[in-house]
Amino acid sequence: MDVQKQGQKRSGTHEATSVRDEAVAPLLKDEDRDTLLHYYYQMVLIRYFEEKAGEMYTKARIGGYCHLNLGEEATVVGFCAGLEPTDYVYTNYREHGYAIGRGISADAVMAELFGKETGCSRGRGGSMHLFDLERRFMGGYAIVGGQLPLATGAAFAIAYRGSHEVVACQMGDGTTNGGPFHESLNLAKIYHLPIIYFVVNNQYGMALRVEQGSAVSELYRKACAYDMRSERVDGNDVLAVRDAMRTAAKIAREQHEPSLIEAVSYRFRGHSVVDPDRYRDQEEVQRGREHDPISAFAARLMAASLLDENGKHEIEEQAQQDVDAAVSFADESPDPAVEGLFDYIYADPSDNAQEKGQ
Amino acid sequence: MMAEITYRQALHDTLREELLRDENVFLLGEEIGNFEGSYKITAGLLKEFGPKRVVDTPICENGFVGMATGAAMLGLRPIVEIMTINFIVLAMDEIVNHAAKIYYMFGGQCPIPLVIRTPGGGGQQLAATHSQNLEVWFAHVPGLKVVAPSTPADAKGMLRTAVRDNNPVIFLENLALYNAKGEVPDGDYTVPFGQAMVTKEGADLTVISYSRMAAVALDVAHRLEQENGLSVEVVDLRSLRPLDHETMVNSVKKTNRAIVFEEDWRSFGVGAEIAATLQEEAFDFLDAPIKRVASVEVPLPYSKPLERAALTDAQQLVEAINELAPRRRRR
Repeated sequence: MDVQKQGQKRSGTHEATSVRDEAVAPLLKDEDRDTLLHYYYQMVLIRYFEEKAGEMYTKARIGGYCHLNLGEEATVVGFCAGLEPTDYVYTNYREHGYAIGRGISADAVMAELFGKETGCSRGRGGSMHLFDLERRFMGGYAIVGGQLPLATGAAFAIAYRGSHEVVACQMGDGTTNGGPFHESLNLAKIYHLPIIYFVVNNQYGMALRVEQGSAVSELYRKACAYDMRSERVDGNDVLAVRDAMRTAAKIAREQHEPSLIEAVSYRFRGHSVVDPDRYRDQEEVQRGREHDPISAFAARLMAASLLDENGKHEIEEQAQQDVDAAVSFADESPDPAVEGLFDYIYADPSDNAQEKGQ
Repeated sequence: MMAEITYRQALHDTLREELLRDENVFLLGEEIGNFEGSYKITAGLLKEFGPKRVVDTPICENGFVGMATGAAMLGLRPIVEIMTINFIVLAMDEIVNHAAKIYYMFGGQCPIPLVIRTPGGGGQQLAATHSQNLEVWFAHVPGLKVVAPSTPADAKGMLRTAVRDNNPVIFLENLALYNAKGEVPDGDYTVPFGQAMVTKEGADLTVISYSRMAAVALDVAHRLEQENGLSVEVVDLRSLRPLDHETMVNSVKKTNRAIVFEEDWRSFGVGAEIAATLQEEAFDFLDAPIKRVASVEVPLPYSKPLERAALTDAQQLVEAINELAPRRRRR
């Protein structure tokens, strides 16, 4: 993938593979094998999880809306891999993979999709509102742009306390056209906040192509209005995404300065599970799917002799078992008790008792 | 010990004391620092506490209200000033879709200890976009608390409670109350939410109100008692959410008649909510239909005569009381 900050012309997401393949061996030279295999496992786990979520949705086990990370696994895993466990993550509503990448169990995520009490938001949030305070996964947010001011505020709190965590705030490409994006970037820059704004440019906001919705289609360039450092990375390359995150996190941690990263990715399916995806050119979709970040990473690992067919099979087997176990767990978990309907409106249970009484 | 101070001073002193008390408390908003606040509530606080604790923000209500909400997620206790309630409309998404939902939607993992202070009210020829009373929009939303003190004592006691509450609180002030004077208890005085107060006892009818109109109602009630011998009871709601049903229902059980007096528009307003509650909970005690005295439903005009004609005030309340008072008491 060409990196725009180096002044090259954008050539499209799918024409960078040959460049990448040539660079396979040197790029993996200094990497820890177990870590790389773990990335591979996470990407496969997210792929299988999302395929299963789609299946469970069509079987009406999952309600509401359901947006999948299919095709974005390298972006998701690279994003999470660049952060420390003490860092804070905010995302939009296409966040199952990020939640899993952050260490929330597939069980708790699937149970949330099933609306169960054992879900990571106790069945109150659903697919678009996953949360886990312990893992500092600070929420999936379903109003486009809503998470940006919140994430900015979390970074404000870190700066206020003078501690050294970082906030990473994921969003889609369409978010960069709205007010919260611009207000947040401005606030982060004037207050010198330790935050990374992470734009997943999967090239479509629902059916709207990036260039239809954004006056500037190289989205990382929008940060220049706020004198903020930014870069574009190949979202199909888990290591490139991780490294961009690490660099931005280091700057946030040590210098308390914000960054913006644009990861160019591709959505394998429609906007949500129910979207038949009739608006995209089928050849384009086919090309996008052929540049599968998971098989590309497997090929890289194999070319570098870090993975063989057996090992690959084992990892895939493990991921499949984990997803199947998550479905069983979600299936067997209890629904939230209706008596708990008023719980959590307010932080003090006596306030909720009063609401219930009226 | 009591001291007589203005509503403005009560707010100022409370903010200062809460900043001194808790390192996690900080103020943010437009022009609250160098400019010392559009209505001078934060006068001197930047100088005393510095820019870390008193944060001047750019003009981006949704951005900085959301930022405050995010800071609250990590355990800080922000107090936001929105210059006037009209500008809060720009922050509706962060307040209604986020601050009000985060605790519930994520299964009770992350409380939002956030205060948003903002003045409402008209009558100063500021015209349609600077004179509104929008508190009912927030009182409609589970997950928010909405309070509206009418006296300096309540301003102090309820602001302290708001800062220490672990939920998002909309703290409604009123431009025309800032110079109102009253006795304020010394020390760490707090007023719990959800407790209305009978500010004047009476037997003939009940006027239910909040914020500035509660102060006007109290004046009117005292005046009518002296002039006409009418015994008007006044209930100051103080909190809109949670709403104290018991105090107003008990009052109506005693007087059998009620007027709701409010500066906001009549339709779908606080008066509608109170009237519905009273007919549900005190129907058998009512001797007359509940009256709503509210502002005329127009965008507030600039022209003084037009503005005067649009806003409700003491005169409309007096007329309503005279219509509703028991026959034996009417003059």
